Amino acid sequence: MTTATAVHSPLVVKDLKVYYYTRRGPVKAVDGVSFELHRGERLGLVGESGSGKSTIALALMMAHKEPARIEGGSIVLNGSNVLDDNSEQVRLRRLSEIAMVPQGALNSLNPVMRIRDQVIDGLKDHNVSMSDGEFANRVAELLDSVGLHRDVASRFPHELSGGMKQRVSIAIAISMNPSVIVADEPTSALDVVVQKQVVQTLRDVQERIGAAAIMIGHDMGLMAQFASRIGIMYGGKIVEIGPVSHIFNNPKHPYTRLLISSLPDTRSKRRLEGIPGLPPSLLRPPPGCIFHTRCPDAMDICSQEIPATREIDALRYAACHLYGDDDGKVVDL
Amino acid sequence: MTTAQLDRSTQEVENEPLLQADSVSKTFVSGTFRKHYTRALDTVTLSVPESPPTITAIAGESGSGKTTLARTVLGLVEPTSGAVIYRGTNVADMSRAQHAEFRREVQVIFQDPFESYNPFYKVDHVLRTPIRRYNLASSKSEADDIVEEALRTVGLRPEETLGRHPHQLSGGQRQRVMVARAVMLKPKIIVADEPVSMVDASLRATILETLRAMNRDVGISILYITHDLTTAYQLAENIIVLYKGRVAESGSVDSVINDPTHPYTQLLVSSIPQPDPETQWGREQEARDEEEAEIAGCNFYDRCPLRMDECTVSDPPLYRTAPNRITRCYRYAESPVHLAPDLRSVFAPVGGD
Repeated sequence: MTTATAVHSPLVVKDLKVYYYTRRGPVKAVDGVSFELHRGERLGLVGESGSGKSTIALALMMAHKEPARIEGGSIVLNGSNVLDDNSEQVRLRRLSEIAMVPQGALNSLNPVMRIRDQVIDGLKDHNVSMSDGEFANRVAELLDSVGLHRDVASRFPHELSGGMKQRVSIAIAISMNPSVIVADEPTSALDVVVQKQVVQTLRDVQERIGAAAIMIGHDMGLMAQFASRIGIMYGGKIVEIGPVSHIFNNPKHPYTRLLISSLPDTRSKRRLEGIPGLPPSLLRPPPGCIFHTRCPDAMDICSQEIPATREIDALRYAACHLYGDDDGKVVDL
Repeated sequence: MTTAQLDRSTQEVENEPLLQADSVSKTFVSGTFRKHYTRALDTVTLSVPESPPTITAIAGESGSGKTTLARTVLGLVEPTSGAVIYRGTNVADMSRAQHAEFRREVQVIFQDPFESYNPFYKVDHVLRTPIRRYNLASSKSEADDIVEEALRTVGLRPEETLGRHPHQLSGGQRQRVMVARAVMLKPKIIVADEPVSMVDASLRATILETLRAMNRDVGISILYITHDLTTAYQLAENIIVLYKGRVAESGSVDSVINDPTHPYTQLLVSSIPQPDPETQWGREQEARDEEEAEIAGCNFYDRCPLRMDECTVSDPPLYRTAPNRITRCYRYAESPVHLAPDLRSVFAPVGGD
């Protein structure tokens, strides 16, 4: 990757390591993750519990807390490394450059504040100065854009349904036109009809303001509906990343393949097969490939060497010993 | 076809069901000064036959009444009207001995395996307590055998499971321990209330397959309570779609999900995020009234994209649109009104294919 693309991509994450320091040693929740987020694209980061996906979301927002520490790597947002910022710079970049849509199950809104004041709060925090009338207009415009009635501005969170609250969260997230939106399981705990509406709303506003979005989650169905590109996480690493159609129709990494084949659909009834074995211990990860203990295709080399990431086809990368120089060249993402 | 249906319903009258929820309704009351009444469940009649073992999905969103129905069937919630009848006896009137038998034969698996575990006890404790309570073993070695057999039945290796604390197991393993615990008691029925909604995708398949095996190989009937139509489709033979405590639609799971008739079921099916980037969500919108109107008619009126004037006049009955299908919608008013209250009468006999 040339530096020229880095300047043009709103977010470039390189070799990110986030460890949780426990009494028994460091838990390598995110262990060498690299990806680039292109302007206006929607990237899905998929993984099971313990894969490190939510830790990445926190690190991107610089909202990780002890005992989590960023051990290495860089998070380059709009051309400059967030890890070099002081806390005031980080605060100012949140919302204006990178904004988060929190988990649907979390009540992230302030229960004793009207919706209007919560939206304006974010703007004032970033030294936006407008007249009261202008603020009111901006709030109305934002509520409009997420499909809410303007009257919602004067309501309290407890007067809103779960789906409406998530729309408010989206409205707040886009209030300063950030270049990156991070959505961590934005529809967890929402009903399926509301889930669809919220995800479509997120997609609509993301396209309208031209932001890039990362959606983090475990629901492959939602990812298929939302993302243009998907990164598959396992044991703190991205094992495969590529365009959504490649991932679903022609998965290359054995873990991706098993994950896709374990998904139930409503087309044909069949024997449901899970992935045998257990996720790896991140305190003492297995040597070699992190997936080799559960991999049906494991070879001798898999327990000895960490596989390099190769470009298997255009824009699709996988880290697996099944692939050699004939299949794709080794890349440094 | 009609005579066959008739034959089957007369047979059912003679052949008393194992478990029946008979016109159960549940109204929750809240508020101290101004009482607020919530009709969580509204005259639902459903039975589970003694044989053959069946898998029935009860599907709906939050507020549909599916969990209230499950808890009512389990005897955990007392219905405001109607009754739950097990082996011919009203659960509310059971003797101590009858109630113990009912509690053993109708088991439950809840959504969150964390919640049903005391973190300080080892897995062994979870499995041994019911053996003691129901006197299933006369010696320690017999108890060991029962525990180990139950674990193997659900695909867990005893040597890797016993002696461990819950947090040392994965979510999928914990949930399978709960299935093992239920199976150990040789129940007739398992009520599985969202058993996989907190479990990762790769483990979800294993648990559903375990439930399917319990039905097929051990002969246990399963009531599968879920918000997820995809897993309902994979697991169940028949489905009941609930909306605000009422049966909206019911029938064989293949026909209901592939060809939904009720506008609510249509909305649910079209909202499924298909794990296929080529099958994108449609853009259809639901009608949305700002305020929930209290009307005499259909309870889906305020959200229904296909609503008509007559829908506000009175609540539609269930129409029998096909031998194995009923739907509560006036758009099918030319179909005969379905009068048999028990939903079982709609379901196709199991084991035909």
